[in-house]
Amino acid sequence: MTAWLDALLQGIMLGGLYALFAAGLSLIFGIMRLVNLAHGDLIVLAAFVVLVVTTALGLDPFLAALLAAPLLFAFGYALQFILLNRTLGRDILPPLLVTFGLSIIVQNGLLEAFSADSRRLRAGSIETESLSLGGGLAVGVMPLLTLASAVLAILALNFLFYRTSLGRAFRATSDDPETAQLMGIDNKRIFALAMGVAMTVVAVAALYLGMRANFDPTIGPARLIYAFEAVIIGGLGSLWGTLAGGIIIGLAQTIGARIDPEWQILAGHVAFLIVLVLRPRGLFPRAVD
Amino acid sequence: MEASYRVSIGGRYTRHLALAGALVVALLVALPAFAARSLIEDLIFVFYMLALAQYWNLLAGYAGLISVGQQAFVGLGGYLLFALAIMAGLDPLVAIVLAGVIAGLLALPTAFVVFRLRGAYFAIGTWVVAEVYRLVLAQWKQLGGGTGTSLPPEITNTVSGIEGVKALFDVRTSAARDMILYWAALALAAGTVAAVYLILRSRHGLALAAIRDSEPAAASAGVDNFRTKLSVYVATAAGTGMVGALIYLQKARISPDSAFAVLDWTAYVILIVVIGGIGTIEGPIIGVLVFYLLQSYLASFGTWYLILLGALAIVIMLFAPKGIWGYVSERFGLVLFPIRRRLVRPGDAP
Repeated sequence: MTAWLDALLQGIMLGGLYALFAAGLSLIFGIMRLVNLAHGDLIVLAAFVVLVVTTALGLDPFLAALLAAPLLFAFGYALQFILLNRTLGRDILPPLLVTFGLSIIVQNGLLEAFSADSRRLRAGSIETESLSLGGGLAVGVMPLLTLASAVLAILALNFLFYRTSLGRAFRATSDDPETAQLMGIDNKRIFALAMGVAMTVVAVAALYLGMRANFDPTIGPARLIYAFEAVIIGGLGSLWGTLAGGIIIGLAQTIGARIDPEWQILAGHVAFLIVLVLRPRGLFPRAVD
Repeated sequence: MEASYRVSIGGRYTRHLALAGALVVALLVALPAFAARSLIEDLIFVFYMLALAQYWNLLAGYAGLISVGQQAFVGLGGYLLFALAIMAGLDPLVAIVLAGVIAGLLALPTAFVVFRLRGAYFAIGTWVVAEVYRLVLAQWKQLGGGTGTSLPPEITNTVSGIEGVKALFDVRTSAARDMILYWAALALAAGTVAAVYLILRSRHGLALAAIRDSEPAAASAGVDNFRTKLSVYVATAAGTGMVGALIYLQKARISPDSAFAVLDWTAYVILIVVIGGIGTIEGPIIGVLVFYLLQSYLASFGTWYLILLGALAIVIMLFAPKGIWGYVSERFGLVLFPIRRRLVRPGDAP
């Protein structure tokens, strides 16, 4: 019984990590329907940026991520403004192919710059600390912090989305880009800002990716799949849905792993497919595709 | 009575083109008699990539089904070949065909899931399904589990016809095996191009072109969109499965990670189609030749070569979305595989 409760608890915590991977993707997918196949590689790229800042300045990873975030915001803004805005339209092939190309470039660029060695962001004793919940249950401080960060990130994004004028512009372009433009909104600039915000969230995701496990330049695509699964399960345009989606994937993976360690990843994918067969538009769709 | 208008496909040069095409195929059939073995091995690669590209083009360029999960059927075909040859003791060439048929059958339950999705969701869904197949086959312990397995030499060296080829060309077993695989790959590639051409010329091709241009308009004109798309999905899965079986018969070694690699069997294939020109039969042919040249001259640069390919994908999509053939045929009015129907006035040349 305790073992299953533990699996449940760990699954929810793991879901927090996946929700962090997915939050940025959910934002840009919701606002501009951009299928960004490079999202996983961008998370890995951000992890390397944080790594470089920690080693160059001898900083704690948390501080390094704080410094890296504005850099990544600027990178995201430029990426969207210069490249990705040109791919948007009714046809999904251009964004698919361009971000596929970007994914190959980022992955191999990182391999060239940092080699295929596994890296890790060192955060000190916090990595191994845990809180006892009694009854033989315990949660690691790091997984708990990840989940809390995911909830905070989504709260912040929702505030931005529903309580600010920028958020109103985001929602307007998401619902109807042509009319938004007629109302004086510069879609291209809005999309670039959205990608900048998404990359800021990516900085947080990268921080936990790097602190919780080893990473190397090739692990991006698997992270991308988990992130997309969370977004699609949650439903287009719903950030809380994305958190729920991440938790469903996390739960399925830990429960699957409890049955047989080799079934971990498989169980997550199967949960995703089951949700899709039952609810093809996800659990909590806000926007209409 | 006045002669009536007719609908005609093709133009004045169609017959010359058909003759030229037959000549090219005949030359390729005869090639192993005098070409170097390295060229034969390279051409096997060109042929199977061409077949994969034609299938993806039919799927995405005509049926509007943008899949990033076709590696599912390459991997299934490869694994089915290994299972049929090692466990059932079938002749590998027979196993290729059977692997294709089974891959096509497996496409039906796959379609049950992914056909509920549209657009971007469909693309991601197909990728996830391919991952599911990869993880399931990694559990198959008789075929090596996660690390994979090799085809024993007694299977690869007893492909049917190998003794005849050895006697006829006076070559060693390995060279004879390459020749047989070469002809099998050529048959598959040429057969694929011919089949795609015939489909597109037929009534079904007209339905596909209508779906590509506008789904609601196609439906209102009496096209059964769902059925047409499903048939294309199953047919391309079967073809892709056969190609996968052939690829892994040649490689003689399979592992889940290589057989279900999204980069090798889908990303490169999409790149080939887009470089050449999506939505045309000529495009994938040109694309595969460009891809082969790039690879043979630049692959030794390793990661830089891949970075270049990624950049090429971006540049082509942004500045020449119709690909090389799209540009050429627009500029010079050239068509090698005529599928467009024209109205011919009575008395005009056909």
